Amino acid sequence: MDQQRPETSVVSSANFAPVNTPEPRSDFLKVENFNFYYGKKQALYGINMEIPERQVTAFIGPSGCGKSTLLRNFNRMNELIDGVHHEGEIYLNGRSIYDKAIEVIALRRSIGMVFQKSNPFPKSIYENIVYSLRIAGTNSRSILDETVERSLRGAALWEEVKDRLHDSALGLSGGQMQRLCIARAIANRPEVLLMDEPCSALDPIATAKVEDLIHELKKEFTIVIVTHNMQQATRCSDKTAFFYLGKLIEFDETQKIFTNPSEKQTEDYITGRFG
Amino acid sequence: MSSAIATPEKPVHKDFFHKAREARSGFRSLVNRVLSILCVTLAFLALIPLLSIIFLVLKKGLPLLTWSVFTQLPPAAGQIGGGIGNAVVGTLLMVGVALVIATPFGILSAIYVNEYAPYSRLANAVRFVAKLLTGIPSIICGVFAYAVIVLTTGGFSAWAGGFALAILILPTILLTAEQALIGVSKAYREASYGLGATNFQTIWRIVLPDALPAMMTGIMLAVARAAGETAPLIFTALFSQYWIQSLKEPTASLSVLIYNFSTVPFPHQIQMAWTASLVLVILVTIANVSAQIVFRKK
Repeated sequence: MDQQRPETSVVSSANFAPVNTPEPRSDFLKVENFNFYYGKKQALYGINMEIPERQVTAFIGPSGCGKSTLLRNFNRMNELIDGVHHEGEIYLNGRSIYDKAIEVIALRRSIGMVFQKSNPFPKSIYENIVYSLRIAGTNSRSILDETVERSLRGAALWEEVKDRLHDSALGLSGGQMQRLCIARAIANRPEVLLMDEPCSALDPIATAKVEDLIHELKKEFTIVIVTHNMQQATRCSDKTAFFYLGKLIEFDETQKIFTNPSEKQTEDYITGRFG
Repeated sequence: MSSAIATPEKPVHKDFFHKAREARSGFRSLVNRVLSILCVTLAFLALIPLLSIIFLVLKKGLPLLTWSVFTQLPPAAGQIGGGIGNAVVGTLLMVGVALVIATPFGILSAIYVNEYAPYSRLANAVRFVAKLLTGIPSIICGVFAYAVIVLTTGGFSAWAGGFALAILILPTILLTAEQALIGVSKAYREASYGLGATNFQTIWRIVLPDALPAMMTGIMLAVARAAGETAPLIFTALFSQYWIQSLKEPTASLSVLIYNFSTVPFPHQIQMAWTASLVLVILVTIANVSAQIVFRKK
């Protein structure tokens, strides 16, 4: 499969070359003593966790508990905000993402992100998908065409849009737009796919499609998903992390979290007894 | 009311608060009506001066508006005939020079202020100065250009006129371009950065194309303002009775021609000033409409 990778991901593979391990790493993303601050306000407190390769990890917790903040640190998107700083380390495949030798743009090419509100560019479906390739300097027609088809098939959208690839992406339905954003995020073959409440604006049918997609995608990608929907976490994740007030309260197999949590706070939250 | 018909045995006035509530809502809807009527009336009143200016310019300017006014030079004092050809060319040239100078400075500054360092001290200073400059009297731009260009180059010129107009419109272009950039959805930027784009790529490929129509509106505002300014040009380009030969010599403009001709005692010249006003209004309108068509959001 590595030979088929488009040349763009050479940039990312150079920095985050997957070591030829037959076994998926259990600490593909590793967070160590991580504190994060918006100005003087601390948003994350001493987070330690290991996110396994090619599995789905769900982040749950009430609004403002820091789950999205942590997610946005994995690809350093939080650094776009003024006056933030962090302490501690995050490792991707064994290498610090804050390593001075790693450019943040290379990191973001290795870590795709899907946002809460679908945000296709006001361009054609085709141009949306090849954006990450174009900005990396790939303009070969055959590579672009191949990427568009592969990504759209990967996001289960190919059949619906194959006849109108050059129409504006803004003409798609809400669910299709979100799947287009997923296709765009996987076009560059990232190592990790971050999803920030990807279904919160979708109807149940579109949500089911995206969830099926997550099942498919985890064969190839390590997925971290923030969700407010606990059924969704049980349906599509392997491991679940529960955050509260900026702290990681519990992190375990999803089944254990939802059937037999060790912490009282986790139990209160998942049973809806939270004040 | 319908409930009274449906259940006549239960008269509505038994509801203790009903009367009071009805009175209140009657008062509220009256206030609502009065305010609506007031808004519509004031909107029409505001249109009156605008429409009467256009009417007057058309009425007084149309009689002399023939093709020959574009091809002939202004009539000398007391003479009849002639045209405003050199003034049209001069205005177009100097507004063009002003745009060529001010647009890159304005848009690039707006990009710096909004995209690269929105919270920096320099950005705040630029914003503050730009806002200050929008309120500055245009004659001061003229005096400044006189000191900087006319005195140092040794004469009035189209360059100096264009420079004075550029200073005049720079803050307008900068501030409207900044507003255009602010109007671009943050979600587009996040998507672009999330895919590994650099600042430059995000701005060039995503932000600018989306902001372009709004930026053009600002530039057209600037064109309208620059084309109509008189004071800065009197100090810098002065006027000329002849066709322009180079940008280094005194240059005629529509606004200065209107000013000159409207203050002389000759009826023909005064009528020519009206025609020049009409031509100015038409030019600005054409520029505006064509920019809107070309840069419309698709």
